[in-house]
Amino acid sequence: MVNTQVTLCGIPLENPVIPASGTFGFGQEFAALYDINCLGSFSFKGTTLHPRFGNPLPRIAECPSGMLNAVGLQNPGVKHVKEVELPALAKIFHKPVMANVSGFSVSEYVSVVEQLSDVEQIGWFEVNISCPNVHGGGMSFGTCPDAAAEVTRAVRAVTKKPLIIKLSPNVTDIASIAKACEDAGADGISLINTLLGMRMDLRAGKPLLANTTGGYSGPAVFPVAVRMVYQVYDAVKIPIVGMGGVSSAEDVLEMMLAGATAVEVGAANLVDPYASKNIVEALPRVMEQYGIKSLTEIIGAGHR
Amino acid sequence: MQQICRVLENAPLTPLVWKMRLSADTSAITAPGQFVNIHLPGLYLRRPISICDWDEESLTLIYKVVGKGTDAMTRIKPPHRLDLLVGLGNGYDTTKSGQKPLLLGGGVGVPPLYGLCKALLGEGKDVTVILGFNAREELFYEEEFKALGVKVFVTTVDGSYGEKGFVTDVMKNLDYTYFYTCGPGPMFRAIEKTAVTSGQFSFEARMGCGFGACMGCSMETKSGAKRVCKDGPVFEREEILW
Repeated sequence: MVNTQVTLCGIPLENPVIPASGTFGFGQEFAALYDINCLGSFSFKGTTLHPRFGNPLPRIAECPSGMLNAVGLQNPGVKHVKEVELPALAKIFHKPVMANVSGFSVSEYVSVVEQLSDVEQIGWFEVNISCPNVHGGGMSFGTCPDAAAEVTRAVRAVTKKPLIIKLSPNVTDIASIAKACEDAGADGISLINTLLGMRMDLRAGKPLLANTTGGYSGPAVFPVAVRMVYQVYDAVKIPIVGMGGVSSAEDVLEMMLAGATAVEVGAANLVDPYASKNIVEALPRVMEQYGIKSLTEIIGAGHR
Repeated sequence: MQQICRVLENAPLTPLVWKMRLSADTSAITAPGQFVNIHLPGLYLRRPISICDWDEESLTLIYKVVGKGTDAMTRIKPPHRLDLLVGLGNGYDTTKSGQKPLLLGGGVGVPPLYGLCKALLGEGKDVTVILGFNAREELFYEEEFKALGVKVFVTTVDGSYGEKGFVTDVMKNLDYTYFYTCGPGPMFRAIEKTAVTSGQFSFEARMGCGFGACMGCSMETKSGAKRVCKDGPVFEREEILW
């Protein structure tokens, strides 16, 4: 028997597989297809202080081995999430959930985290300072070490729950930003958010996405993600949640060898609604195939 | 919902519109106007295509070649197998039709109305159909609708077949209890101006997942943001923001 258990910021996970925010809603669509309690956890839809419709359509574009999205943090706002979505989630999911939060100012991040801090089921906050699809917030906090540290410190002050900061790959030195978050009190780092990209519509002669740019995700970005997880692992002592194009149990192992304690699955959930479940089920077999007895042993073991 | 389906038939109906029939367990289909989401070799995102017709063991899709995905579909030959998500979206609600429903299809919006027409006939309704095309060479499924025994009007914008003009030019002279439509945006707006009853519109959108997870196809309605793939693709006239 192999051991798939890992511990993320003091909270044990039955397995390291976590559907990524924005690809799993609040769990309901997937719970209609399978028992989502097989997952390690999941990161719910990025929640902001106020309800947001997001960007105009089209928001989605096909890309080689992946996709662009420019949803723009559509969500019903923290009040609705707390009063409607999370009570509904508690009925179908019986493990700690990861609360993905976003904001357009430091005070908005603080307010959302404050309002959600007393929700028992929330195990971790995943603070998204890396959304490429909103203006005047999101990624602008995640591309500068000082701004990343400022958000981290401010949110740190209002919650005792583990704080994971989600970083953007659209930076020159991801390690310095991760280090700044660690120094400001973060308990973990998650990465990578999507890579900023663009497609042109040849018929219109204009960008395909209404938002002009979007975030590139899918298997195409996996090597970039593994490299950045590897770099951040060398720079910080806090645990890393690795993501970016993960589509198989083998990908999970690669991420963990690079330094991830847990692994998020994003775009794969959208093209195959059973992707995360299939990865969970395949993990023990693939571990055996590579002679891995316990996943904890391989975290960062790929470093030379 | 997810299944591997064998392609039984895949052939053009017009230069740009193709018909694909697949073997499938269709028990997940609960209403006409629902769609499937197809994984195609070499493409990452699935492609949503409305269900034209189905029986217990097979389903029929009619699609227009408009981009890489639909172009890839034309190259699929029987007995190739495709990974489909079957029975997505809400579909048309036939309970609101009254006794004399009117169906209006524009171009590649015609296909889902065929399954709807059969369903309404099965409920004993007196169905009239208007099929709108740009020109004669784009026409398809007139005979198939006629074979169901319903009144069929055809309009073409250039007058090369049927009545010259738009589906609304015929609609304004007809007596009906309710309407159902699928087609392009300008046709929807014309119908909204012409219609004298309630009705249902089936929308199209670029989708990410097709089952409500990604918020890639949201639209604003009078009752808030809705997902075309999950809360739609069919929306009632009164819900739509024009």
